[in-house]
Amino acid sequence: MKDAQGTRDYDWWLVAILAAICALGVIEIYSATHGSALVGMHTKQIRWLVVGVVLMFALSRVDYHLIMDQAPILYIVGIAALLAVLLVGHTRFGAKRWIPILGEFLQVSELVKLIIIIVLARFFAEVRTDELSLQDLIKAGLIVGLPLALILKQPDLGTALVLMPMLVVGAFLAGLQWKHAAAIVLIGVMMLPVGWHFMKPYQKERVTSFLHPEEDAKGSGYQVLQSKIAVGSGGFWGKGFGNGSQNQLGYIPVRYSDFIMSAWAEEQGFKGVLLALGLYMALLLRLVQNAQRAKDRAGMFLVMGVAAALGFHVLVNVAMVIGAMPVTGIPLPLMSYGGSATLFVFLAIGLVMNVRLRRFVN
Amino acid sequence: MSYWFRNDNRLPQVRLAAASYVIVGMITLLLLGFWKLQVIDSDKYGQLAERNRVRSIPIIAPRGRMLDRDGRVLVDNYPSFSVLLLRDDAAAVEKNLPAIADGLGLSLDDLKDQLSNTEKLPKFQPIVIKPEATPADVAFIESHRADIPLLEMLMVHRRRYLPGGFMSHASGYVGEVSEQQIEASNGKLRPGDFAGKSGLERQYNDLLVGTDGMRRVVVNSVGKEMKEMRLTQQEAIPGKQIQLTIDYDLQEVAEKALEGKKGAIVALDPRSGEVLAFVSRPAPDPNDFAIRVSKEEWQRLNEDEDHPLMNRVTQAQLAPGSVFKIVMATAMLQEKVPPESFKVFCPGYATWYGRMFKCDSYGKGGHGEVTIQKAIIHSCNVFFYAVGQRMGIDRISRYATLLGLGAKTGIDLPSEEPGLVPSEPWVQRVFHRKWYPGETISVSVGQGAVTTTPIQLAYMIGGIASGGDFKQPHFLKDAPNVGERRVELSDDTVEKVTQGMYDVVNEGGTAGASRLEGIEFCGKTGTAQVIGEDAKARYGKGDKKFRNNAWFVGYAPRRNPEIVVSVLVEEGGHGAASSAPIAREIVKAYYDKKAKKGQGQYTANDQQRKFGNGAPAEVAEEPKAVNKPQQSAAVVAADLPKKPHAN
Repeated sequence: MKDAQGTRDYDWWLVAILAAICALGVIEIYSATHGSALVGMHTKQIRWLVVGVVLMFALSRVDYHLIMDQAPILYIVGIAALLAVLLVGHTRFGAKRWIPILGEFLQVSELVKLIIIIVLARFFAEVRTDELSLQDLIKAGLIVGLPLALILKQPDLGTALVLMPMLVVGAFLAGLQWKHAAAIVLIGVMMLPVGWHFMKPYQKERVTSFLHPEEDAKGSGYQVLQSKIAVGSGGFWGKGFGNGSQNQLGYIPVRYSDFIMSAWAEEQGFKGVLLALGLYMALLLRLVQNAQRAKDRAGMFLVMGVAAALGFHVLVNVAMVIGAMPVTGIPLPLMSYGGSATLFVFLAIGLVMNVRLRRFVN
Repeated sequence: MSYWFRNDNRLPQVRLAAASYVIVGMITLLLLGFWKLQVIDSDKYGQLAERNRVRSIPIIAPRGRMLDRDGRVLVDNYPSFSVLLLRDDAAAVEKNLPAIADGLGLSLDDLKDQLSNTEKLPKFQPIVIKPEATPADVAFIESHRADIPLLEMLMVHRRRYLPGGFMSHASGYVGEVSEQQIEASNGKLRPGDFAGKSGLERQYNDLLVGTDGMRRVVVNSVGKEMKEMRLTQQEAIPGKQIQLTIDYDLQEVAEKALEGKKGAIVALDPRSGEVLAFVSRPAPDPNDFAIRVSKEEWQRLNEDEDHPLMNRVTQAQLAPGSVFKIVMATAMLQEKVPPESFKVFCPGYATWYGRMFKCDSYGKGGHGEVTIQKAIIHSCNVFFYAVGQRMGIDRISRYATLLGLGAKTGIDLPSEEPGLVPSEPWVQRVFHRKWYPGETISVSVGQGAVTTTPIQLAYMIGGIASGGDFKQPHFLKDAPNVGERRVELSDDTVEKVTQGMYDVVNEGGTAGASRLEGIEFCGKTGTAQVIGEDAKARYGKGDKKFRNNAWFVGYAPRRNPEIVVSVLVEEGGHGAASSAPIAREIVKAYYDKKAKKGQGQYTANDQQRKFGNGAPAEVAEEPKAVNKPQQSAAVVAADLPKKPHAN
């Protein structure tokens, strides 16, 4: 097996889309923070982006088959890291999610997302049947179930949820049978009350305030309401860069990170939203296209795992901003400020590039 | 590398294509969500954003001032700060309450009470927790803006009255509006607003109150005001100032005359009905109520035996005593029952219906032979007993009513009392019994059931001396619709009655000591018993509580007077000794000022006023209020209350 060569084999369209999304993010982070104590955040974000791009190209050079070879070891490392976080992790905002690496606090669960994409791709690639058997489905479920439980324990409901679409999309492409899908949905619905029972009080509160936002005027209901006010008041044309009152006066919660879409929508209006969501759609469709052109099932699963994770991020984050889903703390890929999340996206795209570079190679 | 992947290139193209459609569908749904918010409901959210961003802080309009007839300020305002508590965030209020109580020097329990009392009000309405902020409070609020973002300061205008209760029963006072008033105001009043509670403040509240303005400021999400972002503001429209008929100079004389006493003085100009001076004592200092009156203070004032809150001029309903003889004399001369030539021999007492009725001259040999003239001059009871007995209660009550007794005079103050003129229908209605003839004898000399207020007696004497022209007493200068009543009195009657009252002062009558050189000062004394002679002899000998009320109603000149003064000194003993000198002083002050004015020597500005603790009343100038063009410095003409008199 020969390594891929020239730079022209990279997906430059994908890079261009990513660059555009990152630019929107940096612009809005600047707008949301330039007049506040958080001034300078956009330069920090640019630093993360640069690191991310370097890592992306680096990862693309290592044949993904070699990476997937190490899937069992990566899985064990991931589980060990999650356990380590629970034991010695750094607590921020009431949750143990961070461990210090290279002088920065990194969220281990972001790394685990990447590992699970690789492990699931390996697992499904090794399924030889056209139809996914119940046995294999349960195995896949268990592979995801363990890290999911550990992440829930941190607690980080948002990241834990991201593992689900990876499983669902992988199983779907591996030939999930409709009767199994129906059974899973049925069991899932029946398990809802049990899940409710195990939820943390703040998580329950978020769900209730999502269902009855008027009853919680200052909690997460307040956050969603303020976000909707920001989005709605932006109108079609937006209030202009740096002119969003909800954004500039701090009514939008974490306006530079989880709710950055709200700030963007206020200042740039529906036309700006059209641009941003158009870019995300292009990104996701481009990923699917890369999957379609992958050399083998392993590469296809890898790319679609990335697409599932990013698509889920976009859906849950943007739906939260317009009040269509509860507040979960899932950032918007490449627009929200955040080191670990940005690195995760670039590493994931690095895997995609990796698959692409090797599509014609035998 | 192990070949676990076996170059397996079976790709599920159909399912991958399905994934593309799912992505397009998902993005489309999200865009629809944004379309709904940003295009369909954009206006609604735009308003919500504006409401977030902008906080409206009221600009309190200053209340209109009250000026005296020469334009001197009687009631004024001064700026002060109230501390507001913003209650939107109940949890934050709960958490910070102890710190707030501590920082502002308030009791935590009181603060909690206040919060629970205002629970029914909308949460976005701030409440006043401290009406008068000290510099320390201001510093506390400013330094804790970040960690206690619940406090706000509101500039208000406090009422300032002349000290020592000067004119306080006429001016009345303002107080915080009650919850009932807020509910009744249809949103015009807010908690912490002030409104007139009594006196002229209440009577002319609608004129005096202005329209509050609104200052709009941009606030960030933690409530900090963004000073660099300016918004338009709605200016406050100050209340209209009113000019009163009160003459500060006479008022001052009257206030001093009653200092430390219990009683009332009212001076009217009978030609117009204008009130020149108006005093009721004891009097509370309305400055004490201008901020917030404590429960204890309020209870003390209400339970005080001397009733400082009662406006004696319009609310003290007391037996008029011998002043009532003017009603009797007028009725007798008008009706000629008994005829004018009627004479009585006074031995100092008379016996009617088996009971002895005394005269003032009892024990001093009596007045001897008494005509109507002599009876007025020396206030002979025996003469009027006989007249009353001949006239009968019907005629007496008809004339008393005609001359303004038993009904409100219609003065522009709230809560005037009507007094009482007894009659046969009255005893029938109230006591369900017949009129006793003996009662007529008592009523004839202003005792028994008949009661009057000081304002009624001034109104009555003024009306008679003006030949039957009764003008509605009022405070508002240049009022357009002064009530007027004409009572047909023959010139002969007026001449003889006024001559009698002239002689009371000038021809050795009961008030001879109060004569004024060069002025036709006339009047009638009254000494009204508080309890019957027998009861007094038994229980209250020497007890001040049972001392007689001293009346004097004086006026000048004899016909068509310019000033009439009614003086009541409770427990003052003889009217001639206690009350007449006071009336004399006021009439003298009136003529002194008139003389000075005539010679061009008087200007209101020159007057050095040292009253109470010496705060001077300045000459009126344009109030330094926020909005010049809408300022009304001019006198305001308003309708007087409709006079409720029978005819």
